[in-house]
Amino acid sequence: MIRFIIKRLLLGLFVLAGVSVITFTVARVVPSDPAARWVGPRANAEQIAAARIELGLDKPLPQQYITYMKGLFTGDWGTSIRTHQPVLRELLSFLPSSLELILAGMLIAVVIGIPLGVISAVKKDSWIDQLTRTFSVGGVSIPTFWLGLILQLVFFRQLSLFPLGERVSTNTSLLYPIDNWTGFYLLDSLLQGNFDFFKDAALHLVLPALTMAAYPLGLVIRMIRSSMIDVLGEEHIRVLKAYGIPAWRRVFVYGLKNALGPTATSLGLTFAYALTSTFLIEAVFSWPGLGMYASQAILANDYPVTMAITFLVTVTYILINLLVDVVVAMLDPRIKLYQNA
Amino acid sequence: MNSNSLPAPLPPVIEETSAGRAYKLKEFILFLRVHKLAAIGLSIIVILLIIAVIGPLISPYPDDAYKAVHLENKLLPPSWAHLFGTDELGRDLLTRTIYGTRLSFQIGISVILLSILIGIPYGLISGYFGGWVDNVMMRVCEVFLSFPSMLLSISIVALLGPSLNNMMLSIALSWWPWFARLMRSEAVAIKERGFVEAAKSMGVHPLVIIFRHIWPNSLSVIIVQISMAFGSVILTAASLSFLGLGAQPPTPEWGLIISTGRAYFLTNWWYVTFPGVFILLTVMAFNFLGDGLRDYLDPKTRNS
Amino acid sequence: MNELLRVEQLRVRIETRERQVTALDLDHISLQKGEMLALVGETGSGKSLTASSILQLFPTAAARITGGRVLFNGTNLLEASPSVMNGIRGKEISMIFQDPMSSLNPVFRIGKVMLEIIRRYTGAGKKQAKQLAEESLKFVGLPDPSGIMRRYPHELSGGQRQRVAIAMAMVCKPKLLIADEPTTALDVTIQSQILYLINKLKEEEGMSVLFITHNLGIVSQMADRIAVMYAGSIVETGRTDEVFRFPRHPYTRLLLDAIPRLRERRDRLPVIAGTAVLKEAAGGQGCSFAGRCPRATKRCTAEKPQLRAVVSSHEIACFHPWEEER
Repeated sequence: MIRFIIKRLLLGLFVLAGVSVITFTVARVVPSDPAARWVGPRANAEQIAAARIELGLDKPLPQQYITYMKGLFTGDWGTSIRTHQPVLRELLSFLPSSLELILAGMLIAVVIGIPLGVISAVKKDSWIDQLTRTFSVGGVSIPTFWLGLILQLVFFRQLSLFPLGERVSTNTSLLYPIDNWTGFYLLDSLLQGNFDFFKDAALHLVLPALTMAAYPLGLVIRMIRSSMIDVLGEEHIRVLKAYGIPAWRRVFVYGLKNALGPTATSLGLTFAYALTSTFLIEAVFSWPGLGMYASQAILANDYPVTMAITFLVTVTYILINLLVDVVVAMLDPRIKLYQNA
Repeated sequence: MNSNSLPAPLPPVIEETSAGRAYKLKEFILFLRVHKLAAIGLSIIVILLIIAVIGPLISPYPDDAYKAVHLENKLLPPSWAHLFGTDELGRDLLTRTIYGTRLSFQIGISVILLSILIGIPYGLISGYFGGWVDNVMMRVCEVFLSFPSMLLSISIVALLGPSLNNMMLSIALSWWPWFARLMRSEAVAIKERGFVEAAKSMGVHPLVIIFRHIWPNSLSVIIVQISMAFGSVILTAASLSFLGLGAQPPTPEWGLIISTGRAYFLTNWWYVTFPGVFILLTVMAFNFLGDGLRDYLDPKTRNS
Repeated sequence: MNELLRVEQLRVRIETRERQVTALDLDHISLQKGEMLALVGETGSGKSLTASSILQLFPTAAARITGGRVLFNGTNLLEASPSVMNGIRGKEISMIFQDPMSSLNPVFRIGKVMLEIIRRYTGAGKKQAKQLAEESLKFVGLPDPSGIMRRYPHELSGGQRQRVAIAMAMVCKPKLLIADEPTTALDVTIQSQILYLINKLKEEEGMSVLFITHNLGIVSQMADRIAVMYAGSIVETGRTDEVFRFPRHPYTRLLLDAIPRLRERRDRLPVIAGTAVLKEAAGGQGCSFAGRCPRATKRCTAEKPQLRAVVSSHEIACFHPWEEER
């Protein structure tokens, strides 16, 4: 197990190196001059030249790359051109907000998706299955940003059930402020016993989380359905019937565990997808998170931030995939991690 | 995401005789009758494609597609004159949505073509020659596949500068590795089969083997991948345009229309609703078709 | 009345998109208490389908019972409610399956399912259930029962797995055990051990056994009575020694002739010409063996012979049975 994890991490380093080379090259190849943007539009040539030296852009490319890589490992991820703040610190301050959104969305997807997928598989080809399948294809097909807008139209404008956007209303944050412990509003407010804040933050989370849930929900339903159909057709499930074990236990206890492995794998892939969904969802819901920060940076051509985000997402992707493999191995005793590492 | 659902290789293609074609057509009709959702998907695609092709003929106000301004008509709710309502410049949203259909299909076709042009030769070469060539080529592919495709597109387009063409290029750059990997596994599988071995032993040139034997035999798998990719490409394009990274105003691109509509949609619900419905329909249609085709071509589920 | 199980006029249809066939059209079989009945026939003759029908667990959703009765202790199982049926499965009637590789769930420990079955039917506490499970694992000859219960199926050999399956089937002491080709997937050496075990269950626990096999050698050693199936119907049934000594149905006779014998020298083994065809394809009437039968007449293709007794406890479905011993 440990050997497997180490091996995979080393492999991940290889991928990271590749990604860093690509982003680094692309960032250096672009026509726009970072030094010019660093000092602003009204700077003169001397100031730009000084900035070039300050940013290390006068050095040869390989040396720049080495400096860049060194920085990545020592926590110096560069400085934002737009805000002149250290990139890593800014990323870390926006990360919890996005993670809260993603985790809430994934939770909804799993909690709703698993039962729907199972029902769909058990009632294969019935009207309920057709409906669920359509729903699931709809989930993976719906434009995230549009879903967000439609939810706002219905639940904010028509029904006034949920707020339009942001993580918490200004009133609440002024009247019932919380200390920033983890950056997860729900967790922080619960730990601090601030239920007014918790309630408000939870209300604000509902629509963005539902929007976030659409794609993974569609995927979970599809994966659970297809793996459950395979599993339910297997002899060992029929055998359980011969032993008198009731249908719901055959399906939800004995069948489901077999189907969870493939689902976990695809959920892991979805996590990376969810990271990019934050770009769209946070824009729609004015959610102050990583996605919003990233799209602002990208539009402003703030290349250190763009590179850092690409890097962060890749790291997350690698770690999530590793986690998924470990979870899958825990679900299925036949998989021996160290053998196929 | 479809690594565990790759369709298995098919038997050699039926010769292109008239009987063979008739047989294929019959098979296809049977397939549509069994896979109702795929049939629905295909019908929607055909309808949208017709709308895209004859768009200028059926649009009520073709001038509104791009730069017209009729401020006296601004933000009108749906009516018989403007079925989808009008936008803040008084342009007919039905016209713009129809032109958006046209544009989306153009985007889809260009991106897929470009990805195929890169990915398929790449995969064929990698799979056919094997060995260290294959190893190196596939590692490069994996680097591309190892982070989410939309982020890759966003980064590339951000660095190249936002425009419709750059957006298409960036999406293609994130899609070609899927085709390359698929093509490679097909090439590897088909290479081992008797008729290729026979051709090789008779001294047939590798290029001829690749294009006469391997490529036609993997066509069906590629078609499935295309129909799955098409919807995804359109969705990504709309998303990038929504973020301001793709089509620029006044292009009638679905994502861009919705993006502009954000400023008005709370009081003018129709503005974002209809273009979004079109995106949803298009993407769903391609997914239905792709799912159906995959089930159909996958021998494991074929007889169930 | 000592009859434990009686199946009458059982008809099962299999309906797929492409075709519909009557896969089973069974006259009757019966099983006495403490008796072992062997259901014999070639692949696809409907013996496994018969077994599945008794417990109503078909491998595919396409199979449907369209008529008949399955009387178990006098109650018709086909009319029993699902909850009553679930109370019978595993407790009154249990089953051993052909392939021990696929009949155990790979992601659960052996003990998990065993304990669930026991606690479901006996209401025993955890400790007591564990003890019962260990006892039955010991009965089937597995050393270190508590160790086995912590194992996963893939950690056991084929023979061990089939023993586990038998232990699971017998753990609630059912009155009827259905064994569906329990040795087909196993090595020959292990086969005899499993057969010994099933025989032991019959002798020591007084279980009735419905033994399904295509292996006539096994039948001759173990079964009290035999029922020969062909294309979904019973063609001959009777006491094992009697059927072996004096097979009357042409199919049975050909089947027995095909068994190689030590004493005889033959250049090649006799085969039954042709292949079995389910009746629907052949027009739906007449004897289903008629197409391959050396003794068939016009009557055989026009009319379906019913199962009738020739001597007590020896029944055949044939218009032209053999009248002399083999």
